[in-house]
Amino acid sequence: MSPARPPVGDRFRRFRDRLAAEGSDRPEAPRQGGPAGTDDQADLTPPPQRTAELPGRRTGRRGGRRGGGEELRVPEATFTSYYGRPILKAPVWKWDIAAYLFTGGLAAGSSLLAAGGQLTGRPALRRAGRVTALAAVSASAVFLVKDLGRPARFHHMLRVAKPTSPMSMGTWILTAYGPAAGVAAIAEAAGRLPRHGRFGLVGRALPSVGHAAGLLAAGAAPALATYTGVLLADTAVPSWHEAYPELPVIFAGSALASGAGVGLLAAPPAQAGPARRMAVAGAALELYGTHRVETRLGLLSEPYRVGRPGRLLRAGRLLTVSGVAGALLGRRSRLVGALSGTALLAASAVTRFGIFYGGVASARDPRYTVVPQRERVNARRTGGGSGG
Amino acid sequence: MLPDPNSLYGPLDPAPDAGYEDAPPRMGFFTDTSVCIGCKACEVACKEWNGVPQSGLDLLGMSYDNTGALTANSWRHVAFVEQPRPADVLGAPVADGAGPQFLGMPGSQPPGRGSGAEDRTDFRWLMMSDVCKHCTHAACLDVCPTGSLFRTEFGTVVVQEDICNGCGYCISACPYGVIDQRKDDGRAWKCTLCYDRLGAGQTPACAQACPTESIQYGPLEELRERAAARVATLHERGVPEARLYGHDPNDGVGGDGAFFLLLDEPEVYGLPPDPVVTTRDLPKMWKRAGLAALAMAAATVAAFVGGSS
Repeated sequence: MSPARPPVGDRFRRFRDRLAAEGSDRPEAPRQGGPAGTDDQADLTPPPQRTAELPGRRTGRRGGRRGGGEELRVPEATFTSYYGRPILKAPVWKWDIAAYLFTGGLAAGSSLLAAGGQLTGRPALRRAGRVTALAAVSASAVFLVKDLGRPARFHHMLRVAKPTSPMSMGTWILTAYGPAAGVAAIAEAAGRLPRHGRFGLVGRALPSVGHAAGLLAAGAAPALATYTGVLLADTAVPSWHEAYPELPVIFAGSALASGAGVGLLAAPPAQAGPARRMAVAGAALELYGTHRVETRLGLLSEPYRVGRPGRLLRAGRLLTVSGVAGALLGRRSRLVGALSGTALLAASAVTRFGIFYGGVASARDPRYTVVPQRERVNARRTGGGSGG
Repeated sequence: MLPDPNSLYGPLDPAPDAGYEDAPPRMGFFTDTSVCIGCKACEVACKEWNGVPQSGLDLLGMSYDNTGALTANSWRHVAFVEQPRPADVLGAPVADGAGPQFLGMPGSQPPGRGSGAEDRTDFRWLMMSDVCKHCTHAACLDVCPTGSLFRTEFGTVVVQEDICNGCGYCISACPYGVIDQRKDDGRAWKCTLCYDRLGAGQTPACAQACPTESIQYGPLEELRERAAARVATLHERGVPEARLYGHDPNDGVGGDGAFFLLLDEPEVYGLPPDPVVTTRDLPKMWKRAGLAALAMAAATVAAFVGGSS
């Protein structure tokens, strides 16, 4: 399509080569590590397609190709873009935010598990939950601060409290949750302190302090696990935003399942009953939510089904199902319980990464921005008489 | 604390809503792309005045656009769209949304000169100086967790670089893909609508430098009137594809502080056809999160209370 020209810049050559390699046809699935992948590729490498169907594209997406409504197979979408460039800026968040989604949920699930263990006299669940919660929330803080463009300024988050900013709300939720989870975990050390002297006093006071802190942490935990759904949905990233009804459900389920995983790993089978039931509930929410996200959103479900996000979410589903099956069937075996717990933890992590990268992929390709919006405009035009 | 029912969505005067008393009239840009000549004086003037660093020389193969997009280091971006257009319909409306076509520019010769007459095509060349839209409902501002982004008394949206900690939330939130993270710096940057110049009663650098008055600066009300008149004139003169973009206070972002006159569909220029501020759905999102949180708590209680083991 272009005549021979003297060699020019590097980025241009990459652009032309990719066009030549991929043609103007839409690929069935993004290539490995393509638009869906590579975190730090926030630069402007153009995705495969520039424009489609010049003549007669007035009709919008159903450009006479394939009919069919909003079924699983999304019809070929014809759309126009500026040299195939993304309209949106892809999230600059790197993998550590996806990891935080997991560790934050894990902390929340573990705190709930710990509080349940504490109130119903299951010390193994309590101890494992509290210790995991502290570890996970510490890792969360590291991930969050590390992902900032200016990590040394992390405390600027504490200047304001804004309900319109889920990140601000999340900061305060973490600020309330973190210390409580920390105190509850430290209280687990009470038994190791000497019985007499100054340490003895501390040792005698610690369990009740830990009790209160554990309940406080458990109180904040559901908020900690679900606000991240709003965090992702409250963006212009098409596949995140449109999934706003489901994301908190997925994340709540995923958090429960990971907390249950900790219980299954750490507790003897006799104490692990509640963890098994938590695993079932969490898995149900998680599977329901991801299924909805993968099917309800029409074109915007596509990023969750293809490429790396698709593989991650499929792996997550497999791990969740096997984790729950193992927890229910192997209820007498410590080993099967531990394996199930590991599977649930892995499922939770993998699902978070799948949701995260699905959204990133949807922002990188102008199709997901233009086509739904163009449909909206066209619907308004045909609906509202002779407008434009 | 949401004083105005339209705080998150719908028509609104942003400066009083942000708490300014006796705010001056809302200021903005009207970019009339029908007279843009693609000189990029706006890009240069912006960089000069605001001290925006360069982002390196590169050739993108997108007509004469080697800036590529609005980025942290380009607060004005001149788009060049080359469209084929058969000679017999020149002057008639082009099929809406015919996408940018690569006609081989830039080259040392006009298109078709080297290849013979039969390969020549008529085409039109659209240019547009893009900029931050300074939305009425600015998602970047709403989601900023540090208060670094703020609404000025002129109704514009500005980043305070001494506050921004580079969390990147605004970047994902912007429905236009304007605000961006500067790589070696970590913070988010975008057009300030020359807040410093506005305060001194001056015109923003890009509008000042524009040689064709394609970029017009002034009170938004006045600009909207001027734009409507300009569209009417163009329609009269046989340019029926002229349309305004971002002028309507009833659109998804409550109207833009910087709006445009375009000669084709917005996506041809790399603009979203129907942007909606993400915070429109925020109350519903919090509600869903609340329900999910309750479900989570209930499931935990049930797990510990119910059952035998």
